[in-house]
Amino acid sequence: MPWHFITRSMRGYPVRPPDSGISRRKSIWERIHLDPWLLGLLLVLMGGGLVVLYSASGQSIDSVIAQGVRFCLALTVMVIIAQFSPSTFLRWAPLGYGVGVAMLLAVDLVGDVGMGAKRWLEIPGVIRFQPSEMMKLAAPLMVAAYLNRCELPPRLRDIIVCGVIIGVPVVLTAIQPDLGTSLLVASAALIVVLLAGLSWRLIGFITALGAAGVPVLWANMHNYQRQRVLTFLNPESDPLGSGWNIIQSTTAIGSGGVWGKGWLQGTQSQLEFLPERHTDFIIAVLGEEFGLVGMLVLLCLYLLIVSRGLWMATSAQDTFGRLVAGSIILTFFIYVFVNMGMVSGILPVVGVPLPLVSYGGTSSVTLLAGFGILMSIHAHRRLLSR
Amino acid sequence: MLKRPNTLKNSEQELRIFRVRALIAILVVLLLACLLTSRLVYLQIVQHDLYSTRSENNRVRVEPLPPNRGLIYDRNGVLLAENRPTYNLTLVRERVDNLDETLALLVDLLELPEEEIEAFNVRSRQRQRPYQPALLTSDLSEEQIARLAVNRHRLPGVEVEAQPLRFYPNAEIMAHALGYVGRINAEEMETLDAGRYAGTHFIGKTGIERFYEEELHGQAGLRKVETNARGRVLRELGRTDPVPGENLTLTLDKSLQMLAYELLDGRRGSIVAIAPATGEILAMVSTPGFDSNQFVTGIDVASYRALQEDLDLPLFNRAIRGHYPPGSTIKPFLALAGLSEGVITPDSTINDPGYYQLPNDTRRYRNWLRWGHGRVDLERALAVSNNTYFYTLAHDLGIDSLHDRMSNFGFGQRVAYDVQGESGALMPSRDWKRGRFNQPWYPGETLSVGIGQGYWQVTPLQLASATATLANRGHWVRPRLARKIGDTPVPQDLPGTLDDITLANDSWWDRVFSGMEKVLSGSEGTARRTGVGLEYRMGGKSGTAQVFSLGQDQRYNADELAERLRDHALFVGFAPLDDPQIAVSVIVENAGGGSTHAAHLARAMTDAWLLEDDAPDVEEVREALADDNANVEGN
Repeated sequence: MPWHFITRSMRGYPVRPPDSGISRRKSIWERIHLDPWLLGLLLVLMGGGLVVLYSASGQSIDSVIAQGVRFCLALTVMVIIAQFSPSTFLRWAPLGYGVGVAMLLAVDLVGDVGMGAKRWLEIPGVIRFQPSEMMKLAAPLMVAAYLNRCELPPRLRDIIVCGVIIGVPVVLTAIQPDLGTSLLVASAALIVVLLAGLSWRLIGFITALGAAGVPVLWANMHNYQRQRVLTFLNPESDPLGSGWNIIQSTTAIGSGGVWGKGWLQGTQSQLEFLPERHTDFIIAVLGEEFGLVGMLVLLCLYLLIVSRGLWMATSAQDTFGRLVAGSIILTFFIYVFVNMGMVSGILPVVGVPLPLVSYGGTSSVTLLAGFGILMSIHAHRRLLSR
Repeated sequence: MLKRPNTLKNSEQELRIFRVRALIAILVVLLLACLLTSRLVYLQIVQHDLYSTRSENNRVRVEPLPPNRGLIYDRNGVLLAENRPTYNLTLVRERVDNLDETLALLVDLLELPEEEIEAFNVRSRQRQRPYQPALLTSDLSEEQIARLAVNRHRLPGVEVEAQPLRFYPNAEIMAHALGYVGRINAEEMETLDAGRYAGTHFIGKTGIERFYEEELHGQAGLRKVETNARGRVLRELGRTDPVPGENLTLTLDKSLQMLAYELLDGRRGSIVAIAPATGEILAMVSTPGFDSNQFVTGIDVASYRALQEDLDLPLFNRAIRGHYPPGSTIKPFLALAGLSEGVITPDSTINDPGYYQLPNDTRRYRNWLRWGHGRVDLERALAVSNNTYFYTLAHDLGIDSLHDRMSNFGFGQRVAYDVQGESGALMPSRDWKRGRFNQPWYPGETLSVGIGQGYWQVTPLQLASATATLANRGHWVRPRLARKIGDTPVPQDLPGTLDDITLANDSWWDRVFSGMEKVLSGSEGTARRTGVGLEYRMGGKSGTAQVFSLGQDQRYNADELAERLRDHALFVGFAPLDDPQIAVSVIVENAGGGSTHAAHLARAMTDAWLLEDDAPDVEEVREALADDNANVEGN
């Protein structure tokens, strides 16, 4: 690799002479293709997450260790992915998308039925795999790869093609049924189109169409999904059934007050009223034990990560990189918002984990794989500009 | 591959669009963050008092309601395992202010042994679901309960719960057959379905209790209760009743089991009786027994050590795990193998000079009668238990076909359907020896196997099962212990059943049976003294298993040997001959010749099963044994 690359400039002007020794020493992070700021923020978030998990899991050190191991695995995936150049992702996007769609089809045809829904593909004894999870990355990559060929802002024809690219996996995921994941796949891919410059008039039109589609969606929902929406509108209607979680999680958060009851001191969260208190509802534990202060610190941490990520996206040097990076980081925020919204009772319960805090491995791997792509786009930008 | 058009003009425009969109995006993000923040401020500041009150006053708790464990009956409806109402002391760690202090106070109040606390500490160190009551001690006395009631205010989180405790009315006699329940340990906690076992402190550890754990346990229920901040229940919000476990009716007959236990008279041994037509195990005893009730509430260290260190191994289930050389008891099976392979006919004879010699070998394989039985045919060979005849037969069969034929009777494999922990013992073969010792099979070893010595090992259950198959004229039924689960009979065609054994000529069975009848009724029969006064036709075969091998030309003298080095006495038998109702195997360790000791016990068992009015008197059997021990004879 020649050393005459250009440093520290969005526009690509050389700041230091190409073969300056200082430049080389400073570029350690660039050489391993990682972003120290983003990495640091993620590590702080994950560390804090483990602290909350210890309390939420009923002080089970085993759970914390298991989660720590998953984090290490996910971080490894991130570092590996960051080593590939963005052109690799561009080249492989169609294949990844195709394989993902094929696997979704396979799930719908032969998938493993768990909890009343087919979500898993299993090679017995080898691996259990949820293809819809992979689609959260494959779909936006494919849309970005497609739009990369077009002149931007996209014309109507391109938008229709994108609609098809997005629609196929979303529908396949929705009929599993996994409404939560299908909405996340849809938003990840839609963000790409939005960032590419979808005209405001079209956005308005699609929103109107969506509003009109609500009754249709309602008619096609499963009973449990409808129940969730109804319960969301009036949790008190079913205090022992599906309203249970919302009532108890708001009580937990509310009783935490400004400073919280203290770590491991949350009476609400230590009781067994929240069946998912270490997974989707973990933030209720944080709210009760660390109060408003803890919640705001966490929110700020997420906002810092999103800001850094968006800045990295803006500094990407080609359209594909920008679109992918922007989509990854904004989807990350959607996770945060949906989870915190549902636990605090302003959104219906859709089963979205809190990124890098909730117990569970699949989402951590997907998220950090996304950050790996983000870092790759950022770290490889000068090489691309040549 | 997608091409990347790269005109400068486009790039700048695209970057501009992106920047605008990114700016909008960050605004939306901040807006949503503000929305979340305002919601949190609303919940945690504005509504804080409301939610604090709710959290203090309206704690809702889910309490498990453990199911009652199914009862166990014998075949006649006699209760073998019941549930006794008792009071347990439980502790919810999360509600206890100071665990060490509380435990110290409890030890003081209840005079609990230190071991209980230690055991509790070990258990509570394991991973556990929060707010689960942990068992501290069971079976509280009334006085203990009264003391707890008085001191209740000093013991938050400590509760007395009424829970039925397993009780075995005939513990010593039934211990090995039934098994027992015990406290759920950490290892089991890991694998159990926490929901199903919520509130349950006991689980089947061995035997029937373990095998039918699923059926006996039932389904836990739960109730949701509202409690105040101190955990006191204010009202019940909802309830799902537990489903009690299924009652189990066994094939065992309590009185027959009891007789077997008394017959063995505290010696080390085992008796297994099977109904040949159905495979129902009527009695399965291993002695000495032990009090399984001790294990339910947790046996104390000293008693456990005493049981473990007892040389008689009371905890060892000889009936299903004891490995014994079968001795001459397998001669009828061998005879059948010889007949079906065409190696012998019912009328072919050999001449017995008192030993057998392999061609080109000087070593003499001896008959138990040193001067020999002379001319011997099949029936006489069985009646007098002639070794030479069976050396010849085994040699002609060869180990391969011997192994295959004996395997068909269930030797070398687990035979029963629902017997937990059964051992398959060992039916040696060429392959086995190669794998075990990396050595070839020698012809002399076939001869040892031919008289039930050498590597061959059986369990009493296997021996009884094979005898039942023999009594059935080759029809194989799978031994089992459960007759009915709830009201559902255990199906007849159980999985894993062996193929029936068929002979070319059906009358060969009669010839083997006749030989076995002569063991008891013939003038030369090895168990003729046992056969005196038989009121039905019975077939049997005695056996003696050597505990150690005698050297060449060494003579056996029981008195010179320590008691534990004496031969084991074995006997298998079935009756009545023409319509077998019961098949028995008896093993009495170190009792000397099987013709006397074991045979008497087997006859007492068949008498008890077949003669309703004239049940045997244990004392009489013991007297007969004492008489016979004076003049021990042969195999």
